[in-house]
Amino acid sequence: MRFSGAIAVALLIAGSVFAAEIPPAERRSGYDFMKPDTRAMQDEDTANPGMLWVLDGEALWKRKPGAVNKACADCHADARTSMKGVAARYPAFDKATGRPIDLEQRINSCRTSHQQATPLPFESRELLALTAFVARQSQGAPIETGTDPQLAPFIARGRELYLQRQGQLNLGCANCHDDNWDKRLAGSAITQAHPTGYPLYRLEWQSLGSLQRRLRACITGIRAQAYDYGAPELVELELYLMSRARGMPMEAPAVRP
Amino acid sequence: MLLAGPLLAVPCPASAQALPPYAVVGDAIPEPLTSARGDAARGRALVVERSSTCILCHSGPFPEQKFQGDLAPSLAGSGRRWSEGQLRLRLVDASRLNAATIMPSYYRVDGLHRVGTLWRGKPILSAEQIEDIVAYLGSLRE
Ligand code: HEC
Ligand code: HEC
Repeated sequence: MRFSGAIAVALLIAGSVFAAEIPPAERRSGYDFMKPDTRAMQDEDTANPGMLWVLDGEALWKRKPGAVNKACADCHADARTSMKGVAARYPAFDKATGRPIDLEQRINSCRTSHQQATPLPFESRELLALTAFVARQSQGAPIETGTDPQLAPFIARGRELYLQRQGQLNLGCANCHDDNWDKRLAGSAITQAHPTGYPLYRLEWQSLGSLQRRLRACITGIRAQAYDYGAPELVELELYLMSRARGMPMEAPAVRP
Repeated sequence: MLLAGPLLAVPCPASAQALPPYAVVGDAIPEPLTSARGDAARGRALVVERSSTCILCHSGPFPEQKFQGDLAPSLAGSGRRWSEGQLRLRLVDASRLNAATIMPSYYRVDGLHRVGTLWRGKPILSAEQIEDIVAYLGSLRE
């Protein structure tokens, strides 16, 4: 009985120490945690492998894939002006489905409804390229995701998922990214999980990858069941993380270790 | 509803059954989980293996390991600070000592959410592996 008293005290202390949100002034991009050579790779367009996808995306922007023979450019003209700041507002509320959708899903919804083309599979070269091209037009723009009041319940859901402990290792995202972002998990810096640079080139993947791919990797890492690509839960997590990063500058296509 | 009856009648596979019970006394599990004694050399090999997950968070007297975590106290001197029974409970279910701990419960299958199919119904470590690690940690006197 003395012992359970000790547990109660320990719990009270732990409750006040852990699960603190990161104050805005202390927010840091994953970029800040990287070595100088990896930073240089991101900073130099000629050294950044993500730019290969951006260039592919620029070509796809002008292609006419579907039955109605329309390219993205036919509706949106020059992406440099029409797509400026767009990625910094995603995921956004989609009236047709009454739910938030991310940038990849928005591109696919344009493909199916306006181009009458087949949707591109998640993580396909083409979808990553188009997303990287669109996201690149927001480079340096402050993240604005989540201001639409219709998104509030979905942001709340994303935050719940972020706090929820799960998997065989019984960890929640916040256990690492809010409470231990200044530490190292084996050799890796943990970072604060601000999704400022997606889609991004990850050296470990030897490829560009989406934010959903990153989230699935962390979920599998804690030995939980990863949600399928496009699952509402993943979009809610993306939405929460982007709104949590509001005001931070967009870096896509970023580079990460 | 039609399916529920027959499904429930199927016996659980061994891996999905509750783990054998153990007795917690104070902050320890004094009795080993297996009849055979743990092997400290095997225990060391397990601790430094990435799939056991220990050195993702902990460091320790493993100079050959380049990547060690700093989320948790060093394992050096564990055997001086704790009895084997205390170490056993910390491995089996550290959340009994600190409900807010981030240290996973290595010998527990209940009360977990959305465990991936690969790992569902299985503890992270087997009883034998826990005993090997307890024997190793107990030998770390400095
Ligand atoms: C056990 C620790 C741990 C847990 C739990 C965890 N992560 Fe991570 N996470 C990491 C590490 C390590 C990285 C790699 C950092 C890097 O190299 O960019 C990472 C990277 C990320 C990134 C990429 C950041 C960037 O700069 O690109 C995001 C986003 C992220 N995690 C979100 C999550 C979410 C959401 C969850 C829960 C579903 C989660 N993480 C659970 C350790 C963890
Ligand atoms: C996700 C992080 C994490 C992992 C993985 C982990 N631990 Fe821990 N461990 C901790 C933390 C944090 C503590 C500090 C006490 C607490 O929070 O309960 C701790 C405490 C301990 C202690 C008591 C240390 C002391 O002297 O006070 C021992 C022994 C221990 N861990 C052994 C292990 C072993 C062996 C493994 C692998 C089989 C392991 N841990 C895996 C986080 C972890």
